[in-house]
Amino acid sequence: MQGERKIRVLIAKPGLDSHDRGAKVVARALRDAGMEVIYTGLRQTPEQIAETALQEDVDVIGLSILSGAHKALFPRIMQLLEEKGLSDIMVFAGGIIPEEDITEMKKTGIKEIFGPGTPTDTIIQYVLNNVPKRT
Amino acid sequence: MTNAEEIAHGVLAGDRRSIAKAITIIENNTVEAKKLIASIYPQTGKAHIIGLTGPSGSGKSTLIEKIVREYRRKGKTVGVIAVDPTSPFTGGAFLGDRIRMQELSTDEGVFIRSMATRHYPGGIAKATKDAVKILDAAGKDVIIVETVGAGQSEVEIIKVSQTTVVIHAPGLGDEIQAIKAGIMEIADIFAVNKADRENADKAVMDIQAILQLNNKEAAWKPPILKTMALSGEGVPKLIEKIEEHKRFLEKELGQKRILGKAETELIEAIKEKVTSSIIDELKRGGKYNELLKKIIDREIDPNTAADKVVREKFKKAE
Ligand SMILES: Nc1nc2c(ncn2[C@@H]2O[C@H](COP(=O)(O)OP(=O)(O)O)[C@@H](O)[C@H]2O)c(=O)[nH]1
Ligand SMILES: [Mg+2]
Repeated sequence: MQGERKIRVLIAKPGLDSHDRGAKVVARALRDAGMEVIYTGLRQTPEQIAETALQEDVDVIGLSILSGAHKALFPRIMQLLEEKGLSDIMVFAGGIIPEEDITEMKKTGIKEIFGPGTPTDTIIQYVLNNVPKRT
Repeated sequence: MTNAEEIAHGVLAGDRRSIAKAITIIENNTVEAKKLIASIYPQTGKAHIIGLTGPSGSGKSTLIEKIVREYRRKGKTVGVIAVDPTSPFTGGAFLGDRIRMQELSTDEGVFIRSMATRHYPGGIAKATKDAVKILDAAGKDVIIVETVGAGQSEVEIIKVSQTTVVIHAPGLGDEIQAIKAGIMEIADIFAVNKADRENADKAVMDIQAILQLNNKEAAWKPPILKTMALSGEGVPKLIEKIEEHKRFLEKELGQKRILGKAETELIEAIKEKVTSSIIDELKRGGKYNELLKKIIDREIDPNTAADKVVREKFKKAE
């Protein structure tokens, strides 16, 4: 009896933000869309995020950040994922990221960046359309 | 090498990425899953497997974090499988146990995996048992399984664990009722967590009272311990008891339990094989829906129908 393939998503909050309401809203929305969402709470280091993605064998990572530390943290996370051989994971980000930084962030391998107030349906559709195909 | 062989190799070498992929293969129950288990099975049976069950919010995840730290101090490697429920409506799941354990995630001697029940009843996932085998084959000394904790009787865990710790905490209202219903019998150790709170002693006494009612097998009397998972107080004592229970299993009940577990696993595997081979054959021959319709139309009852198909199956085999 063949089981079904579930989309596994890690929702992580790097940086020193002190609340995670937005991240939880996205996590719940993805769960309600039928995905398995691993939620790790506040203040995750890049090392913790990359290692969690590895252990949980996720297809997708959603990073949420408000504090403006994305310039330091996102490239580090992407670098660690590559070092661990996890470049096939689709990474998106959400939160407050200035327009002028978006191109630079995407160059590090982050596939899409959602601004504050993006409807959760948009994010769900994006994940469903862009989840990497795996065996 | 096939994909399954390659991953089995990696698992046996303790490679973390291989362990992660192996658990995914087991969870998705692909054709490779059986091959994978078959090839790692000879290397299993070395780890001590601890089950942690008890109501939601009693502090299971927090306590596991402290237990893992204590085992790490003793130089042991640890695997953790934390199970959370799949939504019956959407099929999705929110897996949040890691929140309490994230500091362990970068310790190379620890491997943590969150797992959704995928509608399997009894407080664990169908894949939990085989995921434990993966961690065992990968060389983890201790493996801890956290059950869902939904309060229903979560007794499946004893098919997986060697030492079962039932957690309770004061201030969870009528949860003691839930503990009474079936879960008392599976406890090898009781931990009353949140012992920093007022009513901890009353919780201890409640458990004592129930234990006195059904005190049958006296070879192992389940101890009742108090823990404070936030500070870690009481955790070394808990580990002492777990180790004591492990030694007890090795000499007294051990062989009986090992035999019982092997039997349950064999019977379940046979059931699954026979059932799916009969159902598949009925479906291939187009008889499945026909039979269902007859049952709905009251032309045949389910039991007689089952009798018929099983008889036919074995007649063919003779
Ligand atoms: N006061 C107190 N709170 C605790 C203790 N252990 C856990 N908690 C809190 O209880 C809540 C639930 O803990 P969690 O580990 O998630 O419980 P689980 O649902 O059983 O896994 C969290 O807010 C913990 O911080 C304890 O020993 N004392
Ligand atoms: Mg928990």
